[in-house]
Amino acid sequence: MYPGIVIGTVVCSVKTPELTGVRLLLVQPTDWEKNPDGDPLVAGDSVGANRGEMVFYVQAREAAVTLPSVPALDAAIVAIIDDLALYGEKV
Amino acid sequence: MKFARVIGNTVATQKDERFEGRKMLIIQPVDINFQPEGSYLVAIDAVQAGVGELVLYATGSSARQTDLTKDRPCDCVIIGIIDLVEVKGKTIFNKSSDPEIKDS
Repeated sequence: MYPGIVIGTVVCSVKTPELTGVRLLLVQPTDWEKNPDGDPLVAGDSVGANRGEMVFYVQAREAAVTLPSVPALDAAIVAIIDDLALYGEKV
Repeated sequence: MKFARVIGNTVATQKDERFEGRKMLIIQPVDINFQPEGSYLVAIDAVQAGVGELVLYATGSSARQTDLTKDRPCDCVIIGIIDLVEVKGKTIFNKSSDPEIKDS
């Protein structure tokens, strides 16, 4: 699982049937200090994340199993981070 | 998933028989500013996309999760046609004002 920040949303009215009702969010991958790290990607959302929130996302086939319809997703948000502490120091 | 532009299609007469009847499109991956990034890919089309359209594609074993690609040797599939992209409250892409799509 990788950390990232939700920066936006993507709307597709034409999509595969398994993706009906699935929110698609733009995620900026970050390092553990919240600095951008790499190119933004589109991820399915199973936890109700909002813009600006730091999240964990999974990539590859594991992303598909986050949703009951098992759609063709290769990235999905699996958790919203409340608190992050590295060696006891709050980030 | 990443964004890509559909830039063409490909025809293969001799192919794995499980690809029979599947539309294979050539896509150009693009970055968040919609500029070309990397080389072309061949993708199975699960949403009837047209040339010029901005699409969302999935790669790897996730690509086998659509009805059209289930249990088939496919590692890249188009899963959606993008209407709108919003970043930090600003619409950075709107299909209705996309210059790449020509009226037919």
